[in-house]
Amino acid sequence: MESLTLLLANEEATHAAGAALLSATNGIGLIALQGDLGSGKTTLVRGLLRAAGYQGRVKSPTYTLVEPYSEIGHGIYHFDLYRLADPEELEYIGIRDYLEEKALILLEWPERGEGLLPTADLTLMLSYQAFGRKLQIIAGNPYGLEIIKKWPEQTIF
Amino acid sequence: MIILGIETSCDETGVALYHLEQGLLGHLLYSQTATHALYGGVVPELASRDHIQKLLPMVAELLQQQQIASSEISHVAYTAGPGLIGALLVGASVARALAFGWQIPAIAIHHMEGHLLAPMLERPAPSFPFVALLVSGGHTQLVAVKGVGDYQILGESLDDAAGEAFDKTAKLLGLGYPGGPALARIAANGDSSAFHFPRPMVDRPGLDFSFSGLKTFTMTSWRATNQDATSQANIARAFEDAVVDTITIKCKRALKETGYRQLVLAGGVSANRHLQQTLRAVADQEGFDLFYPRQEFCTDNAAMIAHAAAYRLGDALRHHCFEVHPRWPLSQLQPAKDLPKHN
Repeated sequence: MESLTLLLANEEATHAAGAALLSATNGIGLIALQGDLGSGKTTLVRGLLRAAGYQGRVKSPTYTLVEPYSEIGHGIYHFDLYRLADPEELEYIGIRDYLEEKALILLEWPERGEGLLPTADLTLMLSYQAFGRKLQIIAGNPYGLEIIKKWPEQTIF
Repeated sequence: MIILGIETSCDETGVALYHLEQGLLGHLLYSQTATHALYGGVVPELASRDHIQKLLPMVAELLQQQQIASSEISHVAYTAGPGLIGALLVGASVARALAFGWQIPAIAIHHMEGHLLAPMLERPAPSFPFVALLVSGGHTQLVAVKGVGDYQILGESLDDAAGEAFDKTAKLLGLGYPGGPALARIAANGDSSAFHFPRPMVDRPGLDFSFSGLKTFTMTSWRATNQDATSQANIARAFEDAVVDTITIKCKRALKETGYRQLVLAGGVSANRHLQQTLRAVADQEGFDLFYPRQEFCTDNAAMIAHAAAYRLGDALRHHCFEVHPRWPLSQLQPAKDLPKHN
């Protein structure tokens, strides 16, 4: 199974998908998040962070580019590359240091970093449906496949 | 004593001169908005490069304009955070280098403290204690202000900041990014009864905000229309009404909880006319005093940084090591070490 499609009926379901992502990755990997504004990318990340034990504010990193968290003993980094004009700017952010770490990297707008970023292990695509959201999970490499295999059963509709 | 203030936390380059007895002497602001509009938002590295090019010529221009010699400057104040790290580093390096060269102390200022104290640049000025509403692209906070540096966060946005919600909603409506001010302009022509948006979190106790869900509401409403200019204006209006109402309800609640009688608006979104008018009406009705600075001091500027430094002379440092803080909670600030007497 190279991809998985879930229907997320409401915000709770999106949170649950975030929690499932944490559990399936065990907190390590490069995860691309795609979807229009308001499709639930930050909501999914909030679900993941709540499952990791983080209770504080989860804001979208649109303005700050990256929001770091350290709840699971190593880094969870939530990036939004929307405001990058050139992938080269990732060098100034110190992207190599982030990528070398044992960490979970959640990346919105990964296409803005094309050329400087390795292929994501997993791509999560969120889209609007008449009711709720659709979540498509696509593996980018063998590690991504492993993550899909470990995706908790109960969240598959 | 004259303080030179420097602001470079995002895409505005600002310099200002503040005289301890005479108040603000003058300030200059260069906005990079036109540069960034080509890219649809602030580009962090472009912002840093622009600050490098603009900052020193602007300092020279302001000194020339005000007929002030560099030897008359007693302190250099600069924004040390929060903001974009590259942009902050430019301002901090220039400020520290000038202070080192002129052999005077430098003062690191918290950008949001600058905003929070900015209404005190105006007359009449609020007096402590007051409730401050900080609303900008990166922040939505209600703060109990007991004195300089004595801040208690009463509530804040759990997700998108108000300004961010304006920018993102504008984008959903096809107004470009960042389109917050454009959205506010067309909202003025909208019919407020055409759509009704929820007022997030007003039914729950507490003073936190949540604006993220309004994006879904905007999208659903927008898709159900024929996406013409009228629907655009009507949805913009419904969105702005929802944000302004929510903020108003929380401000009233904050005043009630603290027992304070003064409300201070600060940050870029406080320039929003609808927000100012609504709160003015409520203030008249409920009998509290409302303060907000003129438009040029609502948005990012260096006047507020030089002004805030006047309250923080006790924090001035002569050494030339420095750090900047891209993330810097306002609640981590310490009360000012001494309060100089000035106007």
